[in-house]
Amino acid sequence: MTAVPISATAPKPKGGFKITPSVMIWPAMLYLILTTQVPFFMTIYYSFFRYNLVEPDRRPFIGFSNYLGLLTDSDNLKVLLNSMILTAGTLVLTLILGGGLALLLNRTFPGRGFVRSVLMSSFLIMPLVTAVVFKNMLLNPVFGFFSWLVKSLGGTPIDFLSAYPMATIIGMVTWEWTPFAMLILLTGLQSLPDDQIEAARLDGASPLQEFRYVVLPHWTQALEVVVLLETINVLQVFGEIYASTSGGPGVATTNLPYFIYQKAFAEYNIGVASAAGVITVILTNILAIFLLRMISKNVSPGGH
Amino acid sequence: MTTLPSQQAVTVAPKKKGGPSTSGILLTALTYLLAFLFFFPLLWMALAAFKTEAQAFAVPPVFAFTPITENFQNALPAYGVALRNSLIAAIGSTVLAFVLGLPAAFALAVYPTKRSKGVLTWMLSTKFMPAVGVIVPLYLLFRDLGLLDTWWGLIIMYTTMNLPLVVWMMHSYMTEIPQAIYEAARVDGANVAKEFFGIALPLSLPGISATALLAIIFAWNEVFFALNLTTTDAAPLSVFISTFKTSRGLFWAQMSAAAVLTVLPVLIFGWIAQRQLVRGLSFGAVK
Repeated sequence: MTAVPISATAPKPKGGFKITPSVMIWPAMLYLILTTQVPFFMTIYYSFFRYNLVEPDRRPFIGFSNYLGLLTDSDNLKVLLNSMILTAGTLVLTLILGGGLALLLNRTFPGRGFVRSVLMSSFLIMPLVTAVVFKNMLLNPVFGFFSWLVKSLGGTPIDFLSAYPMATIIGMVTWEWTPFAMLILLTGLQSLPDDQIEAARLDGASPLQEFRYVVLPHWTQALEVVVLLETINVLQVFGEIYASTSGGPGVATTNLPYFIYQKAFAEYNIGVASAAGVITVILTNILAIFLLRMISKNVSPGGH
Repeated sequence: MTTLPSQQAVTVAPKKKGGPSTSGILLTALTYLLAFLFFFPLLWMALAAFKTEAQAFAVPPVFAFTPITENFQNALPAYGVALRNSLIAAIGSTVLAFVLGLPAAFALAVYPTKRSKGVLTWMLSTKFMPAVGVIVPLYLLFRDLGLLDTWWGLIIMYTTMNLPLVVWMMHSYMTEIPQAIYEAARVDGANVAKEFFGIALPLSLPGISATALLAIIFAWNEVFFALNLTTTDAAPLSVFISTFKTSRGLFWAQMSAAAVLTVLPVLIFGWIAQRQLVRGLSFGAVK
């Protein structure tokens, strides 16, 4: 695998044309401009038109009407709220679970590497596999394993996806993203110098004080990374919803990406889908600005 | 797993020097229990892949059974086509991302200017462009260019997705190569191309392989572009798996076999690359 990129890079212009460092940056920049910035400006453009692919020739300019429609309809506002609830719920749960697991793994015990591998597995699973397996095999109200578990514990079998749709989606996404929080937080813990812990213990700090005054301040950076990267990624969750609830019942589990997918690819409503896309990008970027500020503090290009 | 890097295990301060304490054993047992619970959905899926269809959705669940391989054989024909498409999209986009990204990472790492930090930050910021913000024009554009349901359509989008990752990761690895090596080469008359091909690439091979693993994992698991830009001819594994989204027919055992075949390569890659995973996932902010 490693050999491929190298040989592929070889036929670069050589004779006559001198390779300079700035020339080397441009292909990557141009590519990203062409595939992200240009289409995004087109999305903004479409968002000002009433544009449905069913009637491609009738495309009147309607200004901000698509946006107004999105931001005044209560169903659409529910979609915005769903996105927030899903993101916030997942974030809280993954931080608690991932943080706890990171603390548990930050000890020496036999089989630690194995346990870490096992624990990180759910993050590596394709979201569609997660959704399909949870929906069919675990959560099915008649044959599902969890329903059987509930029944054998004396409860009544539950159709999780229709009774508690959003909570179930949050559970699934949490299962996927807990390893991310765990891995980042564990790495954060492992960079904590041993002597700080020892000093705290010598001073007679209780485990709680040790956590509050030594571990937590050191964890700040890792926590920030988890919060911001997870927020941006969970805002974009699509496959889990597509394959488990299809946004339902009603709009109970429709988030922004799924809503846009429905508008664009089921209703062919390019104008509304574009406006919702612009709103999603703005929302994501407001959050991203914080992330960039934070990460750029830790990066010094060419620094040694 | 043999993947645990030995030097990491040592960095943790052991609570007590003499044998493990009772609370230590309890905490270890708790960790094992939680790991089991987290892994259970995957274990259950893997077990179902070896059951008959009747056993797969039996109530109460069947725990002891004679494993069969029939499900894998049944899943293989459709899986094979999707696997080929996934491999082409994942490897093709990874190669393209490296062709574009390696020179950029090198220039930014070895010849930093005042603008380098801005360029890096801008590249990262393209990761914050949700796919839904660009999908509509891209879909229309791909439709007009005849790129819908083609390998190139997926390769183009997955390259966009992985290019910032490649630039950031490789920038991070290439800044770790001592400047003195380049200076020595310059004294011997090396030009920029020689520095890139002769020094930077060979010395960052471990970084290249780690980054490639990550890029392949992300492209492999991608769902949104796959569902919207492909239908049959170029449909990768994610689209194949989505055909199981309804419970109709209840082919759970066959579905499980297909799912196992889909996630297994990525699980193995991920376990191998787990140390670099953190660096890549956090774009180098946490090492």
